[in-house]
Amino acid sequence: MAATETYTGTYVLPFEQPAVELEKQIEALESSEQASEYEEELSSLQRNRDSLLDKLYQQMTPWDTVRVARHPARPQTSDYIRMLCRDFRELHGDRHFGDDPSIITGLGRIGSHKVMVVGHQKGKTTPEKVACHFGCAHPEGYRKALLKMKLAEKYNLPIVTFIDTPGAYPGVKAEERGQAEAIATNLREMSRLETPIISCVIGEGGSGGALGIGVGDRTAMLEYAWYSVISPEGCAAILWKQSNEETNQLAASALALTAKENLANGLVDHVVQEPRGAAHRNPNEAATALERWITDQLSDLLRFKPQTLVQRRYEKLRRIGRLQEHGPI
Amino acid sequence: MPNRTWADDLKTNDEGRKSIPEGLWIRCPACASILFRRSVENNLWVCPECQHHFRVSAEQRIEQLVDPGSFEPMNAAMASVDPLGFVDLKPYTKRIEDAQRKTRQSDGVQTGRAFIKGRKVVLACMDFTFLGGSMGSVIGEKITRAIEAAADHDLPLVVISASGGARMMESGYSLMQMAKTSAALARFDDMGGLFISVLTDPTTGGVTASFAMLGDVILAERKALIGFAGPRVIEQTIRQELPDGFQRAEFLLEHGFVDRVVHRSDLRSEIGSIIDYTGK
Ligand SMILES: [Zn+2]
Repeated sequence: MAATETYTGTYVLPFEQPAVELEKQIEALESSEQASEYEEELSSLQRNRDSLLDKLYQQMTPWDTVRVARHPARPQTSDYIRMLCRDFRELHGDRHFGDDPSIITGLGRIGSHKVMVVGHQKGKTTPEKVACHFGCAHPEGYRKALLKMKLAEKYNLPIVTFIDTPGAYPGVKAEERGQAEAIATNLREMSRLETPIISCVIGEGGSGGALGIGVGDRTAMLEYAWYSVISPEGCAAILWKQSNEETNQLAASALALTAKENLANGLVDHVVQEPRGAAHRNPNEAATALERWITDQLSDLLRFKPQTLVQRRYEKLRRIGRLQEHGPI
Repeated sequence: MPNRTWADDLKTNDEGRKSIPEGLWIRCPACASILFRRSVENNLWVCPECQHHFRVSAEQRIEQLVDPGSFEPMNAAMASVDPLGFVDLKPYTKRIEDAQRKTRQSDGVQTGRAFIKGRKVVLACMDFTFLGGSMGSVIGEKITRAIEAAADHDLPLVVISASGGARMMESGYSLMQMAKTSAALARFDDMGGLFISVLTDPTTGGVTASFAMLGDVILAERKALIGFAGPRVIEQTIRQELPDGFQRAEFLLEHGFVDRVVHRSDLRSEIGSIIDYTGK
């Protein structure tokens, strides 16, 4: 593992607070003019910080994970594209209504592979975030994604999707333009696209809005991403009658939304390890780990005939569900 | 942002505003007329005064829709196993038991083979009275098996939806039922199958965003609430009141997302006629 980078952002998660205190001291020492005199002190502080981060991230609750997944400095689709994609050519057009910036689609190279990249985008600056509706796509975003995935299928390009959304946008215009139909159509069409599809939940995997670009042959989650049928707040508001710090904690735990739990339940195939102290501390290391997983999967999946892929994709989905054939009634 | 879920409607049910009340006389929630219960029942649970369509259970729906005695259920005993050990203010197992006792059904959909006006079909009827028709593993599996049965026997598939969306207590398992049912429909479509999707009040969330919106022909009962996000969630997001008729069947017709808005008394003949046109 590469050296942990010192996180110098201003946004601090409550559970990370103790490590951030240490990071401040390290930063102060590193930037002092006599830094060389404090080498020993510095490396001891760094060791303490590393083991504290390890401990904090081991003890974190599922609700803490949700907050890490939403960390403002956490890399987004555009960051991963920049870090692991060469010669990226964004393709904007949905050919029907308009360009939805909350889903990015385009051609690019990952490792030795030419691929179609599709990913949710939350936005970095305030105007970007507003334009992206904080990562909540409209129907035209899902339709653009499907159009580009069909383009990929036509030229035998594998599809790589990055999932990072609190959910599809709940608004009047989204309903008028058929949010439900757009997502449903993507689920059906992705299940039969004759080209490899691999997906990774890089941050938030909120419900149908996430799944709308997430049906494929292999699905991974970054270690501190979450993926669930509903956000903890939404679940708390309904089942606990109110959303607050306490009920959000309870809902996050009940929903089994962490990468580890989703892997254990057979709902995703792999967990991509994040750097010590999560991806916002070392985006490059997170991108390297993600790239390795993607290129491994691509090499593996390209062995199969397209029809075999579709058959296996169906068999995999077909098995999901836990039930009893003969209940009490 | 949360999708609409079945529990959004718990309040409505507690007030008894939408579900069918007990007693000899009932008040129509739409026009406030006092109606003789039996006369509404004999009118397919439609208000004779204003044509308001009361919500009906899967059992009542099947009785209204199929040729008498023709329904042969499939997988009627399939039930949930609470895969996550989910507990909120109440354990999920308790919610399931209560719903099973109340509805005398094992979960929120009945599937089977039937005849509708003499045409043989595979039929699935969702039941909003069972945990708001919310889709977990059981509903996802029963719908998928119904699709596969229709494919195996080259029969038309008719699904009557009534659901608040995906079932939160099975979390990721529920979410993936959306992909599973949609993937089964892709195969059915590939082999030229006919899927008639009927949307009834209410059809929202993960059910709308999967199989319900994938019909070759999509019918909707008049004034049925149909949407992705629930009206309350949308109101909270945009912080303003929603226009009249928003997310009703007629609104979806206007925006191109359903093919026909149908009165309940015409549903049998509508389905029969569409089947005849396709030669299935
Ligand atoms: Zn009336």
